[in-house]
Amino acid sequence: MTSDTLSFVAIQFLNGLAYSLLLFLLAAGLSLIFGMMDVVNLAHGSFFLIGTYVGLTIVRVTGNFWLALIVTPLLVGALGLLVERSLIRTLYDRSPLDQVLLTFGLAFILMDLAKWVWGADVLALPAPDFLTGSVLLLGGQFPRYRLFVIVAGLALAAALYYLNEHTSFGAVIRAGVADREMVSGLGINIARVFSMVFAVGIGLAALSGVVAGPIYSAFPGLDFQVLITTLIVVVVGGMGTYKGSFFGSLLIGEVQTFGQALFPDLALFLIFALMAAILLIKPAGLFGREAMD
Amino acid sequence: MASVQLTRRDFLKAMAIGAGALTVGPLLQACAPAAPSGGTPLKIGVVLPYSKVYAQLGDSITKGMQLYFDSVNNMAGGRPITLIKEDEENDPQVALTKTRKLIEQDKVDLFTGVVATPVVYALRDLLDSTKTISLISNAGGNDLTRKRKSPYIFRTSFTSWQVASPLGPWVYQNVAKSVMIVAADYGFGHESADAFKETFTKAGGTIVGELYPPFPSTDFGAFLPKIAAAKPPAIYSFFSGSDAVNFIKQFADYGLGKDIQITGSGFLVEQDVLPAEGMAANGAYSTLHWALTLDNAENKKFVADYKTKFNATADVFALQGYDTARVIVEALNAVKGDTSNKDNLLQAIRAVKFNSPRGPFVFDQTTQNVNQYIYYRQVRDAGGGQLQNAVLGKTDQPVVDPGA
Repeated sequence: MTSDTLSFVAIQFLNGLAYSLLLFLLAAGLSLIFGMMDVVNLAHGSFFLIGTYVGLTIVRVTGNFWLALIVTPLLVGALGLLVERSLIRTLYDRSPLDQVLLTFGLAFILMDLAKWVWGADVLALPAPDFLTGSVLLLGGQFPRYRLFVIVAGLALAAALYYLNEHTSFGAVIRAGVADREMVSGLGINIARVFSMVFAVGIGLAALSGVVAGPIYSAFPGLDFQVLITTLIVVVVGGMGTYKGSFFGSLLIGEVQTFGQALFPDLALFLIFALMAAILLIKPAGLFGREAMD
Repeated sequence: MASVQLTRRDFLKAMAIGAGALTVGPLLQACAPAAPSGGTPLKIGVVLPYSKVYAQLGDSITKGMQLYFDSVNNMAGGRPITLIKEDEENDPQVALTKTRKLIEQDKVDLFTGVVATPVVYALRDLLDSTKTISLISNAGGNDLTRKRKSPYIFRTSFTSWQVASPLGPWVYQNVAKSVMIVAADYGFGHESADAFKETFTKAGGTIVGELYPPFPSTDFGAFLPKIAAAKPPAIYSFFSGSDAVNFIKQFADYGLGKDIQITGSGFLVEQDVLPAEGMAANGAYSTLHWALTLDNAENKKFVADYKTKFNATADVFALQGYDTARVIVEALNAVKGDTSNKDNLLQAIRAVKFNSPRGPFVFDQTTQNVNQYIYYRQVRDAGGGQLQNAVLGKTDQPVVDPGA
């Protein structure tokens, strides 16, 4: 390989990594909510987009990107909590179809609300000045902001890993994914855990929305684009597992990036073919546990 | 897991809600304020996207039409104007159903609208076979003026060839001798790229590569390193809407803006996307059949009136709606409101001529597409980071689509 090819591959790998980590923040929440609560949250992409909108509003008012990065997940997470308490909670004993209808309807309502508040124009979320432009890296130009996405994304992934594996909250979550009834039988207030899980999942989606803002901007329709890719990640990685979300995101992110770079006509097909192949070999996804019923 | 049980009562409830939703829509429309008195209302069927990716375009076109109709007190040929609006949802199948409804149930006198080219192609045979006199106010696919033209269909907007072809020789003379093409991978993107390629290479220019990212795309990260590797002095680009914003911004993020000149279709840097693109778009050259800054009395009035009425900046889509409304009013005035004789009405539309904010507006007598000047524009900072398309010049003659 010539150095040009090497640099091309390296830059594309970094591209794919930045994209994967954005996907991971989404998939981690979606997968957790499903694994724990058995709710397929089809409004996940909408909370992502609302995250971008809320973030850009905070940046416009205060001029402070970092404030937006911290406050947005809290605000939108609180909205998630409200939604769980008022709507999702009433459906735990109902069929999955009812839940899908509810979250799908919610996605449309949130989309219309967002259009009502922020309009249908494409809106930009500016990155902090020192993160704009590019740096020379591995023989190619790479945007500073995407480097930041990679660093921040890896740090968050590590923090989530720690939370999941080494804290008592994480232990409750892992136990809840494995056997919900048993956890509540042990005297843990499962309703409270559900609320927390939903709020954290939505907060992560909103955080992903703010982080993605300077790259993808905000516009109606982004919510569903994002939702579809995230669903693919969760299906490929396996529902409800941290590892599944992480490696699923990495796989889909890199395959899509290299697919677009090398075979642009086949990029979308590649993703779906990969998903189909994995489902054939491992129906529960790469790291999912086989269903017990 | 619990199985899904649908009782008879649930089923009836769901049906009732569905049926309710279906009847309330038309009822609401029927209750809309009555048009001013006069002759029988002139019913105009409007099919535009009011949701999804092109919602903003549908909104602008509608506002432009409304601005002109209001300026003539909503009267055309002595008849009050009634608009029956339907959402095309950027879906050919939906558009077809709704257009059929407009023609068969509402019995509209005229049809207008359509933003996306695939939608207009899906409607073409229906409009043609029902002899519905139609004014297409955006969709720019070449074939509607060529292989698939119809005596009943006019186009007040543009063809992709009209907008893209003048840029080729101009870029060769003023910007660069070799260019890389980067355009959205769908009909309009390819047509624009082909038209540019044709005239640019004829002028002596070389195409050093072509990239067609999927449509729509939010992330161009996989393509931008390829542009960096090819190091062309300039690119020709077609994207619109959110694709345009993300492409322009990411192009700058990858440090390509310093050495590579952006040229492209006017939609890449039009008023609907320019504020979001910001300084990343500064300096880009483009061609279009209009510019906000165009210096003529009609345009100044149009831009000012639009601002007053909607507190928004006019864009090219609003202009197309405005001109479409004017064509309707002038033609109806010429036939004194008589829509029963279709030949006379068609003749009257063909003969409409006026000074539009874009310059002289006249239909080509063979293709029934508008013949118009195309303007060379450059994005410039008008002060305080306020970006505008400055007009550098225009084509020597109005651009006429070859029609074949």
